[in-house]
Amino acid sequence: MNALLGLLRKEWYHILRDRRTLFVIIFYPVVQVMLFGSSIRTDVRDVRLAIVDPTPDATTLELRNRFTASSVFRIVSVTPTDASLAHLFQTDTAQVAVAFQPRFGERLSRGEAAQVLVFSDATEPNSGTSRQMYVKKVLQDYQREIGLSTGAIRIEPRVRSRFNPTRVSANLFVPGLMAVILTIIAALMTALSLTREKETGTMEVLLVSPLRPWQIIVGKIAPYLAIGLFGVLSVYSVARIVFGVPMHGSLILLIAEGMLFILVSLSIGILISARTTSQRVAMLAVVMITLLPTQMLSGVVFPIESMPRFLQFMSQFFPARWFIVIVRGVMLKGVGLAYLWQETVILGVMAVILLTASTRSFKVRLQ
Amino acid sequence: MTFRLPGRAFIRRTLALAHAEVLHVKRDRAMLVQITMVPLIQLLIVSNAATFEIKRTPTYVIDYDRTSTSRGLVTRLASSGLVKVVGESTSPDESNDAMLSGRATLVLMIPREFEASLVRTGTATVGLDLNAEKGSAAGIVQSYVAQTLEAYSRELGVAIRPTRRNVAVRSAQFLSPRPDAGMIDVRARGWYNPTLDYKDYMVPAVLVALVTMVGTLLTAQNIAREKEVGTLEQLNVTPISRAEFVTAKLLPFWVLGLLDLTLGLIVGRIVFAMPIRGSLFLLYGAAGIYLIVALAIGLLISTLVDTQQQAMFISFFLIMIYLLISGLLTPIDSMPHWMQILSEFNPVRHFNAISRGVLIKGAGLRQITFQLTVLSIYAALAMTVAIRQYRKRTA
Repeated sequence: MNALLGLLRKEWYHILRDRRTLFVIIFYPVVQVMLFGSSIRTDVRDVRLAIVDPTPDATTLELRNRFTASSVFRIVSVTPTDASLAHLFQTDTAQVAVAFQPRFGERLSRGEAAQVLVFSDATEPNSGTSRQMYVKKVLQDYQREIGLSTGAIRIEPRVRSRFNPTRVSANLFVPGLMAVILTIIAALMTALSLTREKETGTMEVLLVSPLRPWQIIVGKIAPYLAIGLFGVLSVYSVARIVFGVPMHGSLILLIAEGMLFILVSLSIGILISARTTSQRVAMLAVVMITLLPTQMLSGVVFPIESMPRFLQFMSQFFPARWFIVIVRGVMLKGVGLAYLWQETVILGVMAVILLTASTRSFKVRLQ
Repeated sequence: MTFRLPGRAFIRRTLALAHAEVLHVKRDRAMLVQITMVPLIQLLIVSNAATFEIKRTPTYVIDYDRTSTSRGLVTRLASSGLVKVVGESTSPDESNDAMLSGRATLVLMIPREFEASLVRTGTATVGLDLNAEKGSAAGIVQSYVAQTLEAYSRELGVAIRPTRRNVAVRSAQFLSPRPDAGMIDVRARGWYNPTLDYKDYMVPAVLVALVTMVGTLLTAQNIAREKEVGTLEQLNVTPISRAEFVTAKLLPFWVLGLLDLTLGLIVGRIVFAMPIRGSLFLLYGAAGIYLIVALAIGLLISTLVDTQQQAMFISFFLIMIYLLISGLLTPIDSMPHWMQILSEFNPVRHFNAISRGVLIKGAGLRQITFQLTVLSIYAALAMTVAIRQYRKRTA
């Protein structure tokens, strides 16, 4: 037991001594959460609108006013022809364009169909779609007001947004980021710390010492478990204090699940380090096996249900995918184990398998 | 520091050193994997995964009305291709359960007397409970549903409440060759990406990420390794000058960056049928300038660290910040104002604008002049700072 304590002390010194890495470990969570949390706003505002109006008349002027009256649009150009539209879109000066048919008002007053073309820059499909829908809405409202609409009845949707009523994207991303940050701290740091011992030759010293394999593993895991706990709490605090992300569930449950997830990530780190010999290879493996999938495939940023089938299937093998469901469930929906037991069991099974495997692969190298 | 014209000796020594660098890269398996496999896998996975595409929304229906009008509404929504009915009952508890467990993201509640109210007063409400966890997607789903309701009520209007005006309009429609006579006929079109495919949007951005990774991460790591194993000292005691050293170190990575771009373009074209609407020549020119910025930043990082591990962590950290506020994953227009201003200082933002502009929108030199100018200024600045910061003597 004394030997284990010694090893623990040694690990702490290693971590505390490397100031720059420590700096990154501490600030990485905070900065990433701050950036991600505020990098996406979902409300449509200040859309740059180009107007093509060959024959300005009272109706088109009225419609133009309506666009500017709402805070949604800002007219950036009014031209008689659509010749310059391509340039406006290519330089990103305009995001959406409304082109009136010649003699628009005249046609309308004579009871003919008057055509409006709405072009939107759909490079980013969802923004393109939402802007287009806003333009349509302005036109439809106008149509209804001047009494052109045939629909004398109205079905009014009464919308209630649950779990994230203000639709703040921070509420979605910040809980998910917890998984990314814990993966970086746990998997990357453990893998690097073990391979560094190999690279510098100090691993041999550890192996010939009276420490048993599980003791070495515990000695390597424990400090990072502590740092991981710190990570959970710091992301949680930033989420609560800076972004006002709600916490509807139990903090104890969140921390317990966090520890379970860290354990899984740590075992992946150990497993990788057991199979690699240099820090660079270990780093590469960690990035490919854990970091990239966690960022891209676990639903942190991009929703899993939008992905192709194959990737949806793949995502099930990454622990972060399940952990994210848990964090969002606890924080945003306020659900407990009754709803999250499946995810918890999956993480538990992963932890057992990976820990066993990593202790095993460690033993092999003792001989 | 004096800037002489490069003499013959300069070129010879630089090339010799660059040659050594190329040999290093070729010999190093991990490096080769980093240069070829990582970008490929990244391109394949990220381009497929990075999508906010809105699939059919799993919807739970509570229909208290059970009339032909309410059934019609459900059928209409289900056939619109954006709603998938996953369950139906008249129990709020069950719908709540479906929502909490994540089986449903939308609950449609049609109240009792829905049809009766429509006939009597001409208006009725339906309840939409939306899981708004995913903010922007929730907004789009909501507008889609609202539009479908609007269309449905327009259709119903004539049948349910045959007012004089409605009948008049209907007969007008019957007589007129154009069904929408006297209406504003709105036709919408999405430019550049009419099929609303996220891959078209993401692949050009992933190319930018690849070039950034190669430029910054590999350079920082490479020089940090020379420091760690001590070979940097050996180089320092040779007569080569700072400029020679920097040029020789960076030249191979500059070429590598362009090679990776080529690899990415080929894969993007073949696998994802990515559009290439502008001039590739222009894109390569911009990439050449951008790579100088990326390399200089990598060099700067390497002067600040002692070990590879630190180099990796710091480059990761920087690249992450960089990529996040560049508009690569999320559009710049949807960022808060202060972040939009901050992003102007981010070279990735400008190169990303060029990449998307040239590839997706077919922008020419005239459209990207601003970004090119900014990148050139950054390249000159970053290189000067990096070379000044690099000292031949270790402390």
